[in-house]
Amino acid sequence: MDISIFGIQGTTLAVTAALTAVVLVVGALVIARLVGPRSYTQMKGEPYECGIPSRGDSMAQFHVGYYLFAILFLMFDVETVFLFPWAVICRTLGNSALPAVGTFLVILALGLAYAWRKGALRWK
Amino acid sequence: MFDLTIVTNWVHGLLTGWMPSMPWLVTTIECVLVGLFLLVAYSVIAMIYIMYERWVCAWIQCRLGPNRVGPKGTLQIFADVIKILQKEIIRLWSTDKFLFFLAPFLVVTASVLTFACLPWGKGFQIIDFNIGVFFIVAVSGIGVLGVLLAGWSSNSKYSLLGAMRSGAQMISYELSVGFSVLTIVCLAGTMSITGIVEAQADGWFLFKGHLPALLAFIIYIIAANAENNRGPFDLPEAEHELTAGYHTEYSGIHYGLFYLAEYLNLFVVSGIAALLFLGGWMPLHVPGWEGFNTVMDYIPSTLWFLGKAFFMTFVFMWIRWSFPRVRIDQLLALEWRYLMPIGLVNLVVMAVVVTQGWHF
Repeated sequence: MDISIFGIQGTTLAVTAALTAVVLVVGALVIARLVGPRSYTQMKGEPYECGIPSRGDSMAQFHVGYYLFAILFLMFDVETVFLFPWAVICRTLGNSALPAVGTFLVILALGLAYAWRKGALRWK
Repeated sequence: MFDLTIVTNWVHGLLTGWMPSMPWLVTTIECVLVGLFLLVAYSVIAMIYIMYERWVCAWIQCRLGPNRVGPKGTLQIFADVIKILQKEIIRLWSTDKFLFFLAPFLVVTASVLTFACLPWGKGFQIIDFNIGVFFIVAVSGIGVLGVLLAGWSSNSKYSLLGAMRSGAQMISYELSVGFSVLTIVCLAGTMSITGIVEAQADGWFLFKGHLPALLAFIIYIIAANAENNRGPFDLPEAEHELTAGYHTEYSGIHYGLFYLAEYLNLFVVSGIAALLFLGGWMPLHVPGWEGFNTVMDYIPSTLWFLGKAFFMTFVFMWIRWSFPRVRIDQLLALEWRYLMPIGLVNLVVMAVVVTQGWHF
């Protein structure tokens, strides 16, 4: 089933597509470099910030809320990865797999309920 | 119906006839052909989409839209491309140079890879894994990485805030996209894109799958809009608070590449919606109407796919220009308190429907 267009392996074509993307980006940048003007001044190299000189480094601390959501995402994303194989053969497994997957989902739903209760889903 | 494998087989036969002793060279030439097709299709569709959005936006806002360059403004996009290529790529002293240059590569690579997975027509599919849909979901995750890198390496406060918002939004809504894809995989019983399209030969999943498929469709539309940082969910680029979000510091074509990838992602999510819910390149068939079905079969499959994708894009644009922007807390609450639990329950309902054989 992994044979795609021209009977080439899908992996080869995926690499081809990735290389195409690289060619596209490099090509665009090279054309811009050849055609576009180039000049450099100290002020031009400043990061944009409303016109006044910028203060301090920007690679600084940010809201911890983003981190919480990233952790929650990790939990549920791994869950979807586990669910994909089951979804494919859901029909052939029939009724026998439903309680098992149901238990799995209930445990995860409890996790979400816990996070909800703890206020992790509230943006402060 | 016309099958593109006739053409590909002919090309393959021709090349093998010329160089029977060098199968690797044949494969290389075919890969180059595929790459060229991707490059051309990618650029052309991006151009069409930018104009499409401008016209739809103008129409919704009762404006004229671009109408000066060329007949009805059709040449406007070429003028824009030439102009943006001529702009200087400004180098900032404060950026992390390597990551700053790497970010557009990641964003564009993610969109080209997902773009190459779409079912363009009968026998006309470039990458066709047996885990096709899963591959799409996995690869589209690279885009988030590019956005986060772009914001972080810019070393600008606006970029950082935009990237963080964008990252939180994209990863959150990826779950909902995943759940609606899972629902359809459950119904189709396969992850292969060809398999999913062929499973819809006797009726699109939107009509076949009862309520769960309809719900999955609605969740997919909302989540895909947020995935793309579009519509009411464009707060990573909220111009009145963040200038331009994660690509504030990019200039010229460097910025243009992000823009390009954004429009291509719009096409890709529309194409995936067409693939999962509207039957991919399958023509519309109504059971019992034999004459109607025969007429529908005469329309080429590629036109069907593009038509569905363009229609879905119209829906996305309609949403974008109709709703006001949400706040970050509303955005995350919508995903985690509503869409995700509903998606989870919806998946279970679909599993019960499939195992009990209640679908059509």
